[in-house]
Amino acid sequence: MRSPFGTVFSWLDLRLGLRSAVWPILTHPVPRGLGWFYVFGSATLTMFTLQIITGICLAVVYVPAANDAYTSLLYLNNEQPLGWLLRAVHYWSASGMVVMLALHATRVFLMGAFKYPRELTWLLGVGLLFLTLGLAFTGQVLRWDQDAYWGIGVGAAMMGRVPVIGPTLVHVLLGGPNIGGETLSRFFGLHVFILPALTIFVLVPHLYLVVRQGISSRPVPGKVVDPKTYAAEYERDLAEGEPFFPYDVSKDALFSALAVLVVFALAISFGPKGPNGPPDPTLVAAEPRPDWYFLPLFALLALSPPEMETAIMLVMPLVLVAGLVLLPFVASRGERSPRRRPVAVLSVVLLFVTYGVLAWLGAVAPWSPDMTAWSGTPIPPHMVKDLAPLQLQGAAVLQNKTCRNCHALDGEGGKRGPDLTTVASRLTRDELIRQVIQGGGNMPAYGKQLAPAEVEALVSFLGTLQTPGEPSPRAADAAAR
Amino acid sequence: MTTHEDQVRDPAHEALPSPHRRQALGWLSAILGALSTTAAGLPILGYLLSPILRTPKNEWIDLGPIEKFPEQQTRLIDFVDPLSRPWDGETQRLAAYVRRTGGEKFQVFSVNCTHLGCPVSWFPQSGLFLCPCHGGVYYEDGSHASGPPPRGLFAYENRVKEGRLSIRAGRLPTLQEPA
Repeated sequence: MRSPFGTVFSWLDLRLGLRSAVWPILTHPVPRGLGWFYVFGSATLTMFTLQIITGICLAVVYVPAANDAYTSLLYLNNEQPLGWLLRAVHYWSASGMVVMLALHATRVFLMGAFKYPRELTWLLGVGLLFLTLGLAFTGQVLRWDQDAYWGIGVGAAMMGRVPVIGPTLVHVLLGGPNIGGETLSRFFGLHVFILPALTIFVLVPHLYLVVRQGISSRPVPGKVVDPKTYAAEYERDLAEGEPFFPYDVSKDALFSALAVLVVFALAISFGPKGPNGPPDPTLVAAEPRPDWYFLPLFALLALSPPEMETAIMLVMPLVLVAGLVLLPFVASRGERSPRRRPVAVLSVVLLFVTYGVLAWLGAVAPWSPDMTAWSGTPIPPHMVKDLAPLQLQGAAVLQNKTCRNCHALDGEGGKRGPDLTTVASRLTRDELIRQVIQGGGNMPAYGKQLAPAEVEALVSFLGTLQTPGEPSPRAADAAAR
Repeated sequence: MTTHEDQVRDPAHEALPSPHRRQALGWLSAILGALSTTAAGLPILGYLLSPILRTPKNEWIDLGPIEKFPEQQTRLIDFVDPLSRPWDGETQRLAAYVRRTGGEKFQVFSVNCTHLGCPVSWFPQSGLFLCPCHGGVYYEDGSHASGPPPRGLFAYENRVKEGRLSIRAGRLPTLQEPA
C-alpha cells in the first residue's frame, strides 16, 4: 500500500516532473571539502528573500506620496502592529545583504572562482552587486526624511556635474524641476518594481550558471586553471564529490539561519532606522548623513582635492566597473590559490583597509563644522580662571563669533580647524592677528566681521592658550605685549 | 534545396502551406511585432523621460514688501514653489536667504551648497554660511570662503517692483544650471 503522501507526490510528479527535472539539480555532485567559505552566496540570497517578503509587507502600509510618506513611516513605527519590527528587519537585512554580498564577492575573487569557465557567472555577479547598491540607495530615499531629502539632493548635484547632459539627467532623476512628489514616486518605482525585477532577471542566470558550471573545487596551490585540461580535472573532483542535497546544502542552511537570527537580533535591539526629521526643505539646520555603506563616498568627497573632484566622482566609478568587468578575461587562467596570488590578496587588503578607514572618517566627519558648538559648548572654566578683563572679553568674542564651530578647546567643539588649546605655543601674536584677519589654510578671513577692538581682545585671549609648564619663546613674545 | 517541382512530385509536401506563404507569415509577424513594440514603447519612454520634454523654467515668485528685509541683514525666508505638484507636501515649500545690500538692491541665495547640495546655515554672528556636510564656508555676499565648494552660493535673479521683492526660482540649482 502506498502512503497518502506517496499518492499525492505521484500525482504531482506525473504533472510537474519533479523526479526527473528538479531532483538531478538538487543532488548534483559538488567537489568534496568545500569548507565554510562557500556559504556567503546563499546567505545573500536568503537576505534578498527576506527583503522581498518584508518589503511587500511594508508596501502594503507605506504611502509612496510626498505629503504622506513621512506620516505613514511614523504610523508603521508606532501604530501598525509589528510595523516597527518589519521596518527594522528590512533595514538590518539590507545591511546584511550588502555584507554577505561583499564577503561572497571577496571569497570568489580570492579563491579565483571567477576564472575559466565561470567568467559569465562573475559578470552577472558584478551586475547583482551594483543592483544591490542601487536598491540600498533608492531604499534610503523612501525613508522620506531629512537624510533622504538632502541625500537625493547630493545625488542630483553629482549627476549635475556630468558634462553636457548633466542637467537633463538631474531632471529625469528628480521627475521634475525640483525634489518633490514625483521624485519619491520615481524612487518608489525603482525600488519596488524595476530594480527587484532586474535583480531577479540577473539572479536567475547567475544561479543557473552556478548549477551548470558546478561549484568550483577548493583551490590547491600549484593546480593551475588551463582550459585544455580543466574539464577533465573537474570531472575527477566531482567523481570523488558528494551530492549537494542533502549533504552540502546543510552548511548553507545553517549559516543562512544564523544570519537571519542575527538580523532579527539586531532589529529587535536597535529597532528601525529613522525616519529622522520631516523632509522639510525650509528646515536648513538639517545635517544629512548617508547610510553606512555610502559613508566612504561621503568621506572621499570631503577629502579629495576640489580640482580633481568632478573627475573622481565621474571617472572613478567607471574605472571600478571596467576593472570588475575585465577581471575574468584578463585573469581567466593560472593559479587559483590565494597563497600563490599575492597581488590579489594585497588588493583585497588594500580595498578593505581603504573602505574601512574612509567609512570611519565618514562616521567621525572631522571636516564638518559642529553647528551648535558656539552656543552649546562653553569654554572650559580653567581656561578663563584668573584672566584679565580684556582676555575675558576675548573669550566672549571667540564664543560669539562662532569660532568654536570649527575650533575645539580641550577637544570640545568642531574639528574642522586646529584645536586652539595650545595655539599660543604654535603662533606668535602677529601670526595670530594675521590668521584671524586674513584667514588662509582653509580658514575664512574675519577682517570684515571683527572690529579692531574685538581682534585685540580675541588675540589677547588666544595668547593665554599655551602648553602648561613650558612657556615657549612664542608665548613669551605674546605675553610681552 | 527544394524546388517547386519537387513539391509537385512529392505528395507528402502538398499538405503543407507553400513556402512563400510561410515566409510571408514570418515577415508579417516580424513587421507587426516591431510596430506594436514601437507603439507600446514610445509613450512609455516619453512618459518616463517627460522631465526632458517639458524643460523646467524658473518662475517669478513674490517674496513680499521690501520693508520685511532690514538693510545689511540676511534673512532665511520660505516660499511655495510654483512648479510643485499638489501632492508634494512639505517639499513644496522651498527656502532661500535674502540679503538686502542697501536701498532696492538685494541678493537672494539658494540654500543649497554649491559643492553637493546640502543646506547651508547662516551665522549672523560671524557673517558666514556654513555647510554641515563637507564643511563648505561662504561669506555674507555669497562668495566662497573655504572648503570644497567650486564656486560661491547660487544666486536667484531678483527684481523689485512697486515695493515688492520677487525672485525667479523653482528649479534645483546645479553647477551647470546655476539657479
